[in-house]
Amino acid sequence: MADIYQEHILDHYSRPRNKGVIDSPDIYYKDSNPLCGDEIAMYAKLAKPGSDGGNSGNRSDSGGRSDDGGVMENRVIAKAGFIARGCAISQAAASMLTERVEGKSVEAVYAMSADDVLGMLMIPVSHARMKCAVLALKTLQAGIAVYFKTNKTRGA
Amino acid sequence: MDAGLKLLNAESLRADFPILRRKINGKPLIYLDNAATTQKPRQVIGAVRDYYENYNANVHRGIHRLSEEATDAYEAAHVKAAKFIGADFKEVIFTKNTTESINLLAYSLGLQLRKDDEILLSEMEHHSNLVPWQQIAKKVGAKVMYAKVSADGLIDMDDFSASISSRTRIISIAHVSNVLGTINPVREMAKIAHDNGSLFVVDAAQSVPHMPVDVRQIGCDFLAFSSHKMLGPTGIGVLYGRSELLDSMQPFIYGGDMIREVTFGDTRFNELPWKFEAGTPNISGAIGFGAAIDYLKNIGMESVFSHEQRLSRYASDRLLSEPEIKVYGPKERAGIVSFNMGSIHAHDVAAILDQEGIAIRGGHHCAMPLMSKLGISGSARASFYLYNTKDEVDSLVSSLGRVRKVFGGKG
Repeated sequence: MADIYQEHILDHYSRPRNKGVIDSPDIYYKDSNPLCGDEIAMYAKLAKPGSDGGNSGNRSDSGGRSDDGGVMENRVIAKAGFIARGCAISQAAASMLTERVEGKSVEAVYAMSADDVLGMLMIPVSHARMKCAVLALKTLQAGIAVYFKTNKTRGA
Repeated sequence: MDAGLKLLNAESLRADFPILRRKINGKPLIYLDNAATTQKPRQVIGAVRDYYENYNANVHRGIHRLSEEATDAYEAAHVKAAKFIGADFKEVIFTKNTTESINLLAYSLGLQLRKDDEILLSEMEHHSNLVPWQQIAKKVGAKVMYAKVSADGLIDMDDFSASISSRTRIISIAHVSNVLGTINPVREMAKIAHDNGSLFVVDAAQSVPHMPVDVRQIGCDFLAFSSHKMLGPTGIGVLYGRSELLDSMQPFIYGGDMIREVTFGDTRFNELPWKFEAGTPNISGAIGFGAAIDYLKNIGMESVFSHEQRLSRYASDRLLSEPEIKVYGPKERAGIVSFNMGSIHAHDVAAILDQEGIAIRGGHHCAMPLMSKLGISGSARASFYLYNTKDEVDSLVSSLGRVRKVFGGKG
């Protein structure tokens, strides 16, 4: 079995990026992985519509309404953060994910898959550890789902 | 050491276990996850194979040679299991495992409870001795109480007694904690339970495989354990019950083999223990289980117990002499040692040990309430059996050095 505890994983584990609470986040979700006892909360702050929060990439400017109004098509994540307790794999994945999603639209993050996480981690993850690897992404996506729901006319 | 006690020779027993010849990542397998399940000696594997190759048939049915042989072997396994715990033949019901045994009780006894009746458990119970009672209690409006566990991993006996009221109907307690290795004073607890008019159930999943257990000596009403944790096959377990209690209880599963007479309107149930064994049972499992009991009896449970106690004492002493290792549970314990290395997650410890060919468990061990009580999300757990050696404990401890190295002294 190849080593999963490679330097970049241990680096993110011991010096996690973006670890900490984000005040009044646009996206928030807390979840746990009962198998491991891991707990995680993911936060994201979106860029103001029309502003250049992060590298705006393929963002469409046409759908923007006001912050409290609702629909923000292709709004972009300006900053993501997390607080968590768990194994090295789940912590490193959370740290790397918060870096990865900055500047991406919420839709793009919502569409990310487990394969994207594996590509990001660059280690062979066994079946038993997949839950650890994807916990951060699944939690962030659950938060995005809540965001979509409260801003109902998504994709309209 | 007792004069009459036969010392167990783990090195020579290992030859009976084909799997112990396996290499993991090029290293000899060191199997220290025996509280989860145990490895099987060739005597057990051979008994299962012999049944399938030579006398496979259904039991209690056919009037033909194979069925008679299968029935004899299946019933012989009942006799062995009953004798092993000092019970009568009709008091031993074969189930799937400890969990099913407790579910049988929860459904058969628990559904008879009334609103505000109480069930007393402890904070150290495995989910299988907690969830069935909790869910049945919800159904009937009964209350589940939990006797407190102290910081050193013992059930607080004052709190245990204080938690019993005139409404306490059932008390169900683990004989040995699957996390801490604590050996609970079940005999004393049974007496307290009976003095207060309550039934006393023992979850013996971690005790019967590892020490002499006699149901009359404990004085319990029910006791449950699994074959796979004592060298036998998976899918077969035992519920012991006092015969007068079992006689008056309603079956939990209905079907064939558990009936005496069926009309379109009603059914008369079969005699004990078959009343509780509906449908074609796990015949091969029972036969393998019988072979496992023979194997253990041959060694002697006193010898098994003292061997494991020596190993767990040695392991905890060695672990405690390492920096930043915390060992949970009392000093006097069965062959189970739970520990954490600083802030390193138990799954990371287990994953790195796996690279060294060492199998331990990391996680909450199906005892989440106990974990939260201890203020941890999980622990690493080494659990021993008769084929484990001191050398293997040494390998475990030296491999923890590798864990420390990977995490750069963190933890």
